[in-house]
Amino acid sequence: MENKPTLSTERESYLKKKKKRNRMVRVCQVGILLLFLAQWEITARLGWIDPFILSQPSRVWNTFLTMMQNGLPMHIGVTVYETLVGFLLGAVFGTLFAVILWWSGFISKVSEPYLVVLNSLPKIALGPVIIVLVGAGTKAIVFMALAISLIVTVMEMLNGFRGTNREYIRMAQTFGANKRQIFTKIVFPYNISTLFNSLKINIGLSLVGVIAGEFLVSRAGLGYLIVYGGQVFKLDLVMASVIILAVVAALMYEAVVLLQKLVLHWYGH
Amino acid sequence: MDALRVRGIEETYQAENGEITALEHISFEMQKGEFLSIVGPSGCGKSTLLSVIAGLLRPSAGEIFVNGEKITGISPHIGYMLQRDNLLDWRTIYKNVLFGLEVRKMKTPETLERAVSLLKTYGLYEFRDKYPAQLSGGMRQRAALIRTLAINPDILLLDEAFSALDYQTRLEVTEDVHRILKQENVTTLMVTHDIPESISMGDRIMILSPRPGRIREIIPVEFEDPARTPLSCRNSPKFGRYFDHIWKELASDGK
Repeated sequence: MENKPTLSTERESYLKKKKKRNRMVRVCQVGILLLFLAQWEITARLGWIDPFILSQPSRVWNTFLTMMQNGLPMHIGVTVYETLVGFLLGAVFGTLFAVILWWSGFISKVSEPYLVVLNSLPKIALGPVIIVLVGAGTKAIVFMALAISLIVTVMEMLNGFRGTNREYIRMAQTFGANKRQIFTKIVFPYNISTLFNSLKINIGLSLVGVIAGEFLVSRAGLGYLIVYGGQVFKLDLVMASVIILAVVAALMYEAVVLLQKLVLHWYGH
Repeated sequence: MDALRVRGIEETYQAENGEITALEHISFEMQKGEFLSIVGPSGCGKSTLLSVIAGLLRPSAGEIFVNGEKITGISPHIGYMLQRDNLLDWRTIYKNVLFGLEVRKMKTPETLERAVSLLKTYGLYEFRDKYPAQLSGGMRQRAALIRTLAINPDILLLDEAFSALDYQTRLEVTEDVHRILKQENVTTLMVTHDIPESISMGDRIMILSPRPGRIREIIPVEFEDPARTPLSCRNSPKFGRYFDHIWKELASDGK
């Protein structure tokens, strides 16, 4: 249709309408952000809100600039590093446990109630235990991230493995496939999308674990900056850190999405 | 020597609500290149019989011989095709066709060459790098057949292999498959609930009784035209007579 030199007027108006709608969505998205920042700045300047408590965009920006000279990249690096380590460990071990549970129906039945309890337990409650066990440091933070993302990965992957098309498995059996072949040639490739869905959830969860961990024990990282800022009543620092954290979280999520696109393309999905 | 000899197969299995006998006293022979259709009322154990011959189920009693050699469990002599094509959508057609060879660790230059020549002979070679989703239902079924034939089985089992297709495609595919199987001289057992299909494809038809499934009758199918195809024989007056006969046998359930 697009290649034709002349479009029908209906088609033309349809395309135009669609384009207009897309543009409106963008305009509104940016508009809301600008409006929010503007009213924040203005109400603070007019003294309607207390910038000492709620901060204001210009102060946040200035704080950001000072922070850049005072080791902000290091703090971001620490948080990202801890998150990625927790995330990768969670993904690898979670998938591994899911494989074991898929493999053995018996082990899976036995562990069912434990999984349910562990899944519903707020893992942050384990914070003190983790600190006592592995010491107050980076290790404790990574463990926290791992604790939060691990069980979710296990459940998610196990559900995916179990949901594999039975007919595919039967087809493989007719060729005499053993359990390992069924896993590597059918069940795992069938669940590539499940894996990425769980990775997308996990990158966020792992960040939650890291921030919670940094609240408790750390001397560096965005979580540390937030807690520190709160303790010394530097709300500008808190706000700036939260905003940076939001950006970092979004970028990490997008990185996983990008990876998914690459892998799925390569896998021919 | 018989290509396939089945001796006194019985199959009983344990279900939640008791013991169920699915098959009783099943014995028959097949010649090389012969096509045997199996029909029977639903739940009579037709598919169970195929699963037993394929080695997916262990029979409670009885023996199976392929070319005089007794087989137990899943055997490389037997190819099994299910209702759906089950082509893996993340593999290209070529990779799908190699699936059986891969699983059986039979990937050698000779078997690969055979797979390629099957693709060429049956018009899928140009599509070898396409994904299953890009092919029509009939072509997918053909690819699934080639996947099974690539392991060079002596016996081919078709379990309602065409019932997931729409009527028109189904007629085309049966024509296609019949031609391929006759050309490759494959000994085939086909389970179907479609009486016309059983007549048009089969050299003989086995009629099973309701559960527990027993062989009620095996009737030879003969048409005037020895070079008949599944479509051409549907026009023969004998076709209707076979149909009536099988219909009556199936309708007289349990009596």
